[in-house]
Order: sequence, then structure tokens, then C-alpha cells
Amino acid sequence: MEIHSREYLKRAREGGDVRASVTGATLSFDARRRAAYAGVAAEEWRVWAEGVKTHLLTHLDRYLEEAETRLVANGARVHWAGTQEDVHRIISGIIERRGARRAVKGKSMLSEELEVNELLEKRGVDVLETDLGEYILQLLEQPPSHIVGPAIHLSLDEIRRLYHETHGTELDATPDELAGVSRVILREAFLAADVGITGGNFLVAETGTVALIENEGNIRLTTSAPPVHVALVGIEKLLPRWSDLAVFLQLTARAATGQPVGNYVSMIHGPRTVEDPDGPEEVHVLLVDNGRSDVLADPEAWEALRCVRCGACLNACPVYRQTGGHAYGAVYSGPIGSVLNPGLAGLHAAMPLPFASSLCGACEKACPVRIPIPELLLSWRRRAVDAGMDSRAKAGLLKAWTAVATRPGLYRAAGGMLHALPDPVRRVPLPVVGGWREVRTDPEPSRASFRELWRKGIE
Amino acid sequence: MSEQPTSGSEPKAPPRPVSGSEARTPASGPAAPVRASLFVTCLGDHFYADAAASAVRLLRKLGVEVDFPEAQTCCGQPAFNAGRDAEARRMAAHTLEVFLESEYVVLPSGSCACMLRRFYTHLSHDGDLSAQAADLAGRTFELAEFLVRVLGVTDVGRGLEGRRIAYHHGCHALRELGIRKEPLALLANAGAEVVPWEAAEECCGFGGLFSVSFPQVSAGMADRKLDTLAAAGEVDLLTSADCGCLLQLSSRMRKRGQDLDVRHLADVLWEATGGDS
Repeated sequence: MEIHSREYLKRAREGGDVRASVTGATLSFDARRRAAYAGVAAEEWRVWAEGVKTHLLTHLDRYLEEAETRLVANGARVHWAGTQEDVHRIISGIIERRGARRAVKGKSMLSEELEVNELLEKRGVDVLETDLGEYILQLLEQPPSHIVGPAIHLSLDEIRRLYHETHGTELDATPDELAGVSRVILREAFLAADVGITGGNFLVAETGTVALIENEGNIRLTTSAPPVHVALVGIEKLLPRWSDLAVFLQLTARAATGQPVGNYVSMIHGPRTVEDPDGPEEVHVLLVDNGRSDVLADPEAWEALRCVRCGACLNACPVYRQTGGHAYGAVYSGPIGSVLNPGLAGLHAAMPLPFASSLCGACEKACPVRIPIPELLLSWRRRAVDAGMDSRAKAGLLKAWTAVATRPGLYRAAGGMLHALPDPVRRVPLPVVGGWREVRTDPEPSRASFRELWRKGIE
Repeated sequence: MSEQPTSGSEPKAPPRPVSGSEARTPASGPAAPVRASLFVTCLGDHFYADAAASAVRLLRKLGVEVDFPEAQTCCGQPAFNAGRDAEARRMAAHTLEVFLESEYVVLPSGSCACMLRRFYTHLSHDGDLSAQAADLAGRTFELAEFLVRVLGVTDVGRGLEGRRIAYHHGCHALRELGIRKEPLALLANAGAEVVPWEAAEECCGFGGLFSVSFPQVSAGMADRKLDTLAAAGEVDLLTSADCGCLLQLSSRMRKRGQDLDVRHLADVLWEATGGDS
């Protein structure tokens, strides 16, 4: 654990000014989320949404088949993708058949998980991220650090310097000017692209509708301008009914950014038809598992699959605020990442994330689908202990403590010794576990234990 | 797992006391005094002994008959949070035994109160222990919560007149047990001006062993508390109902060379009654 946590901290430190940028951005998101929750019967919405997602996950086979049937009836092509390799094979097939050379992408965490950009580059396809934050990160060759605000770890000045170097803008350019420069480049890319690739916030089984929430309009263009649209949808992203979507769109936007609804909501039913001649010639929907059915089968981990990727738990998290997302060393960061990554990528790869939490519970209170994140963290901790992944020093300490704390006589004697120690020494006691002293003064024991005071009589 | 109580979102009403003594009026009824066992907790015993003594004085002054079962040790939360349920279960079993006969169990710690009230039931899968845990949950209260919700006391005296006090909400008390207004009301009714503070409800970064496993992150969390507190204007003292949080905040504060009176809520409330600690 010590070694792991050093790695974690080293990553955290490498970020430089990350703390200030992340703290500012997440506090602002979180304040807007609170205000938006306060404007509706948020508790009722959350309980309802939890129920819908739980129902979906416990009847997933049925809804997946219903979604497939509806999508096919709408003219979309449905691909079942069990693994990342399946996804790569399917996408390769599409780009080869279409002779695609240029791709535009909407922001998608699943595409990060599946390393779609790497695949496209290997296949000689020019791929351009069209979400402004993702576009900036593509220039920097960095992964996103936040589910909703991928570049929130960057300061405006860092972005100004980047644009000065890459686009020749002034060092004091306004955000509008920077966006304007990007818009010109992106607009051309949309029109030239052979394929548009997105994720999917929701897939409504009843109607075969892929719903996408965004604020910049880039997803609207990615899904409508190129002749081919490929949507990557995790199997947990389904909703049973069309009417569910109305609430989930509003709840997710509120949770994510405090907006009543996203600036743009695209609802994709299928390709262009004779009656509806706009949109792509082909729409492909990939139903992606990639470890999700294993998580679903796990009685202590499955609730993490209710996640709608709003990022509210990241914004509420005091740990995330200190480290930013890159410190987590995984696609999904923050509290949800710490309970999702062990299930998707394996616990060993995700260590020490389940331990990197003070269990303060702010995440659970923010979550629109009431995922009991602290409880899930504890479950992963128990498994890490069972698998011998946690530190031996800590194990020894807690076993010794238990031996003392289940023997009142011994406990009393040990406590007595603590208070009998001469002054400079007695300040050392409990946190011999080095980490305390690194950043704090030694805690000072009381002059006498309470039980001594009690025996002498409290007046 | 979905049926487990921590997935609840809103602070729920506290469990009903099983012994049905809420009809008594402790302040005025020496004929039928409320009896409470103090669970001082390991940190309280050894680092906040004087505050725990203040809690005893305060409870007695309010007519509560206080006892202290001497076999008590640690509630087991360090092991529970570390994923070591076997060890936590042994400490829970010990604690359940110690407080088997107590009418009420009162703790000067929201976090340990939460351990007894919410997490023991997670640990106890076998019949006897599980029934004992459910029973103890109904009798267990954090100090301020006990005063307000069980004793019905919101006024302990006016001894804090003119004091500007910042209150740190411990996470378990606030988010798991739904204790927010109780300590604030007790302070305000004692004449204190409770200073609003941006990060008052954020985690201080203690988190038990988290504080030593991730010291830099933990210290950063404490720094955000302390920085926003400094921005809140003149404050006479910082108080909280959790020994762990107090240890974290005061130790980090001293390391930064800051000097602010940091005291346990029990001490402050005893002062409010006009008593000396």
C-alpha cells in the first residue's frame, strides 16, 4: 500500500497547478448541482431513477433484445461487442468497407476505455476530437481527467499558451477567441469526415433511441454530417421506456452541470430514410460489454452500473479536488472510478483506489442514481485484504490493536503506559505510522486518560 | 446490498429508543432519571479525556445518571474501514457485550456513534449478534443529538455570549446520522455566534488510517478547511463533535504555524452552562 500510495501521490504531484484549477471547477459544478437539485423534488427523482436503473439492470437481457429489435426496425445496424477486441474488429470492418480516412469524434468515456483513437490511428484514419475540452487534450496528448469536463485540470493560461504555440493566437486571447479558432478547424473536419463516432448517454429499449447530451453542438454535427455514425453504448446505458428518458435527461443535466437540460439533446433513431432524408446513410450501434456483465453478476459491485456518467461524485469529492483525475491512473476517475475500475479492469490494476477515500459520503449524496459508493469502496477493501493486496504493516497493526481492544485489562494497561510516558516520548504514540508526522504535529495525549479521571471521580 | 441502510439518502429520524423513556422529562424528574452509559471511545479516552469529563458533567447537570462501563475499548471502526471485518467483528462483539444492559449509549463522537448505529448491523450476520446490533442501534446517540433529540434540551445556558464559534461537521454525524442543526442550535442558544464557513460541511481529511496512508491528500483536505475558515473572518474557536477530526485539524493547524483554539463540543457546551472544565 505504501508503495502504491506513493505512486498515486507522485502522479498527483506531477500535476503542478492542478489543485487550483480542479478545486475551482469542481466547486462551481457542485454549487450549480446543489442549486439545480434544490429547484426540483430531487430526492423523489433520485429514488425513482435508482429504481428504474435497478429494474433495468435486473432485466437487462430482455431490454437489450428489445433495443436491438427496435434499432434494426429503425434501420440501424446493431453489433454485439463482448470485448475491446470485438469493438476494434467491428470498427475496423466499418472503416475498411467505407474506405474511411477521416473521423470526427464526440466526447465519449467509453471510447477512452476501448482505446478507439489508438485503433483509428493505427488504421491510418485521421481522428479529431470535437468536444472543445477533448480537442485541447488531443493537442496535448493527454487523457481526460474528468467525466464531464475533460480538461478542467488546465488553467486558462495553460490553454492560451497551447493555442499560442499551435494556432498562433495572442497570449492574452479571450476564451471566445480561442473557441472561434477551434470552430473554424472543427467545422471543416465535420464536413470532410467519412465517419462520426460518439458514445451514448442513453439507449431507450422501447423505441431504439440513442440519446446524447451536450452543450457545444459538436455531437449534433458528428452524428449528422458524416455519412456514417458509429455509436458506442455500454450495455448498462439502456433505459426501458421512452418516458423514462424525459426524466433522465433532466436529472443527468442537473447532476452534471446544474443545467435543467443540456443545450443540445440528440436523439438518434436510425439512418436517413425516404421520408426523413437528413442524417447519415448508416447508423451503427455497438452494444459494449467489456467486463460489465461480470460486474453485474457481482452481488457487491453491481450497483456501480447504475452510473449515468454525470461526474457529480467527482465534483463533490474532497479527494478528487486535491488530486484531479489523472492521479487515479485509470479511465474513470473520482469516487465512481474507484468502485468501477476494480470491476472492469481488475482489483489489482485498480489498487490502491478503493483505499484512497476518507469515506466522507459526499459522493453518495450527490449521485443522481444513489450508488452507495462508500459501501462499494468498503467491499473492494475487504476483497483486497482477502487477496493479500493490502499492506502487511497495516494488517499487523490492526491485528495487534484488535488483540488489545478485545482484552479490557490489556487495553487499560496499554493506555496507562501511554499516559505514564515522560513528556517528549509520549507525544509519539499511535501514529508511529510515519504518514501522520509528515504533514502534522504529533498529537498530544491528555494528561491522564478519561478512565483515570473517572476513577478519581468527576466533580 | 441495495437493501442496506447506508444507501439511504436523506437524514432519517433517529431510531426510536427501545426502552420507551422519551416520555420522561429528565431535567425535572429526578424520580425517573434517564440513565446513559458514556462510550468515551479510544481517542476520547486518551486524547480528549477532559472533554469527555465535560460531557459527563454536562449530562449530569441535565439530570442524566451517567455510568462508565470500564470494560469498553474501541468500537472497531479502524478495522472496519480497512476492510478487515474479522477484526472489526470481534471488537463489535466486545462492545455489544459491554453495553448490553445500557439504557442509552452516548458518545462524544459522531463517527463512532455511526459505527455502532449503522455499521455493526453490516458486520453481524449471525442471529444473536445481529439482534444485539439492531437493539444497540436504537439506544446509541452522539452527544449533541442525545441532548436535543432524546432529552429535548436545546438550551444549556448562556455562557457563550459574544463568542464567535466555527463548527466543523464530522462526515458520519452529518451524512450518515443526519445531525446538522442539533450542535448549531445548542451553540447559538448559548449565545454564540456560529460563524458560517464555506467548507464547514466538507471532510477534514482525517478518515482514520486514510490520514496516514495518504498524508499529502489528507493534509490538502485539511488545508482547504483551514484556508476557508481563515477567510470567514474573526473566529474565537473551532469546535466539533469528533475527536478524530479535531486531532487532524489541530495537528495540521499547528504544523502550519496557525494558532486557533480548537476544542471538543462537549467542552464548549459545558462552558456554556457556566461550568469550569
